[in-house]
Amino acid sequence: MSFPWAEHYAPKNPVMKWVDERLPLPRLVYNAVGAGYPVPRNLNYFWNFGVLAGVALTIQLVTGIVLAMHFAANAGVAFDSVEHIMRDVNWGWLLRYAHANGASFFFIIVYIHIFRGLYFGSYKAPREMVWLLGVVIFLLMMATAFMGYVLPWGQMSFWGAQVITGLFAAIPIVGEPIQTWLLGGFAPGNAALNRFFSLHYLLPFVIAGVIVLHIWALHIPGSSNPTGVEVKGPQDTVPFHPYYTAKDGFGLAIFLLIFAAVVFFAPNALGHPDNYIPANPMSTPAHIVPEWYFWPFYAILRAFTMDLAIPFTGIVIIPAKLLGVLAMFASILLLFFLSWIDTSPVRSGNYRPLFKKFFLLLVLDVLVLGYCGGAPAEEPYVMISQIAAAYYFAHFLIILPLICIYEKPSALPGSITEAVLAKSKFKGERDALPGTGSDLQPTGQA
Amino acid sequence: MVRILGALVGIFFSGMLLLTFLNGLVAFVSTPSTPTAESEFHEHPRQVAWSFNGPFGHYDKAQLQRGFQVYSEVCAACHSIHQVAFRSLADLGYNEAEIKAIAKARQVPDVDPKTGEATTREGVPADRFPLVYANDVAARAANNNAIPPDLSLITKARHDGANYVHSLLTGYRDQPAELLRKFPDAKTGEGLHYNPYFANLNLAMAPPLTADGQVTYGEGQPNPTVDQMAKDVAAFLTWTAEPKMEARKSTGLAVIIFLLFASVLAYMSYQSIWANKEH
Repeated sequence: MSFPWAEHYAPKNPVMKWVDERLPLPRLVYNAVGAGYPVPRNLNYFWNFGVLAGVALTIQLVTGIVLAMHFAANAGVAFDSVEHIMRDVNWGWLLRYAHANGASFFFIIVYIHIFRGLYFGSYKAPREMVWLLGVVIFLLMMATAFMGYVLPWGQMSFWGAQVITGLFAAIPIVGEPIQTWLLGGFAPGNAALNRFFSLHYLLPFVIAGVIVLHIWALHIPGSSNPTGVEVKGPQDTVPFHPYYTAKDGFGLAIFLLIFAAVVFFAPNALGHPDNYIPANPMSTPAHIVPEWYFWPFYAILRAFTMDLAIPFTGIVIIPAKLLGVLAMFASILLLFFLSWIDTSPVRSGNYRPLFKKFFLLLVLDVLVLGYCGGAPAEEPYVMISQIAAAYYFAHFLIILPLICIYEKPSALPGSITEAVLAKSKFKGERDALPGTGSDLQPTGQA
Repeated sequence: MVRILGALVGIFFSGMLLLTFLNGLVAFVSTPSTPTAESEFHEHPRQVAWSFNGPFGHYDKAQLQRGFQVYSEVCAACHSIHQVAFRSLADLGYNEAEIKAIAKARQVPDVDPKTGEATTREGVPADRFPLVYANDVAARAANNNAIPPDLSLITKARHDGANYVHSLLTGYRDQPAELLRKFPDAKTGEGLHYNPYFANLNLAMAPPLTADGQVTYGEGQPNPTVDQMAKDVAAFLTWTAEPKMEARKSTGLAVIIFLLFASVLAYMSYQSIWANKEH
């Protein structure tokens, strides 16, 4: 697809040949995730997480579709129907625990995938579209996860729905009608639960569609790599299959091992006990917190505790709640502009000494935000989240452009192969030359 | 252009946050935080070495049966376990005849097949444990305006559930003099009972387990002290909340062993495919 030396599909058996001539689907798969896709040879384990995210989505789809066969999206019986799944449905406990924890693991994987992209400059030209579609997928995931958490109709489901739809109520004038329209009522109720179920079933398929676009866009320039230096020749790449299918297979086994350890031995560790209490509009939980994967954004939302007002007049220009909502949405939407904010010609953080330091600070900052978002809205957590949120915005919008001006990048390797060989002290030099090693690179077809 | 607008947005949000922070800092330093009775006297549950702890943990059937006995003779007066079906009691080691007898001893709501009027009948194994009160209004009316919660899921609906139930049941005491000295307004109200394991220290439920031997255990069972009864009923309520725990853990062990094996194989194929490829 992307490089002239990519292997071409040659059907080995007559059935595939027959299919391929009428519908080139085998060819498409071969070129997308088979031997027809040349990939840089130097990808590290952080490059496993794209495939893992696809696996996580598949786990969610399969468990979710079966769960939907037993779940009843009605405020009167939803909570009991989840318990029916846990107690009476064959392997229902496994389906539900895998689905609930599967959401958490999907986010763990996607967060690592996003930070991989941030560090190695995967958002830079010519891969801007890959990044933009990735942010769209992330937003869709957040919407899907939020609506999924409402479905068991426990206390956190109910009050989470109240708080999150309440964010829209902060918009001046039209805010409250919008919240009422979203919920189909003045408070979360049967109408909200039923439409959230419908959308929770729909959105994963939309995500799957955007993933197809994400991979399509990726395959135009081909995968980036830890050096950030573009592929220069056949010696820089290996065919996706069998090289990266094998490496992803190992990554997948490790992922499933950790996933299984949580699903089978600590299935409720990532959840909140209050969601085992049926929804009760008359009783507000002491601390309303979303699921852990929203904590950094929740911390940004709650960090704004002061109205923007004209001093000494008491005239409020923007109320604190609206500021928090705007900042929370801005914290995600700014990712759309990243490709044009970071203008450094060097992609990989490995060759950007100043960027690397601030990147590590950003990782720490997001972890601190996450911790504060899960903590009660008390001091010192509110003050810490204010500092951390201030750094978050400053990092992307102020510091990053400045780094591009003042940073002196270190010397880039001449090519991917050069970097690989330098790392292994020229031990495999002979093998790296095209056509002489064990690799499957074709020499005559290009 | 993007960078200029971005920087302005960044300066706005970061600046606003820093101003808010300074404002909050002044308030934080100038007004010392006031401790509350809850923050000073609330206690975390004491840890018990349960048989169901850990990856190899399993339920002690004799203990679950004792816990069921405590539940039936004490808790069931006010608290339902409506998610549990009588047939599930087979997990506790009861045979079919015993389960039929347990179900039969309870009245479950039904409709009279002749008149269509609401009525009750004897339970059968397929029924669930009936509710104690017809509705929340009736529950409040009978309990000093507090609703006794359904206990089916209580150990999953509280942090550190089994330990919490045990600590709460054995944690009733007189309000400490020190608390009243420091927080004179925090005196336990009329109809409430002081318990440091309860979130706001005062709960409506009177101490349910008051004397050793309140429940008579069968031959060969431990002495029914208050502590033992509390442990047994906490174990029983762990089972009502998570009846599939043993299947979950044993399946999990098989899955982990399989995946360890698969990981080794996957690593070996990865190494062998990349053997001659520097990367």
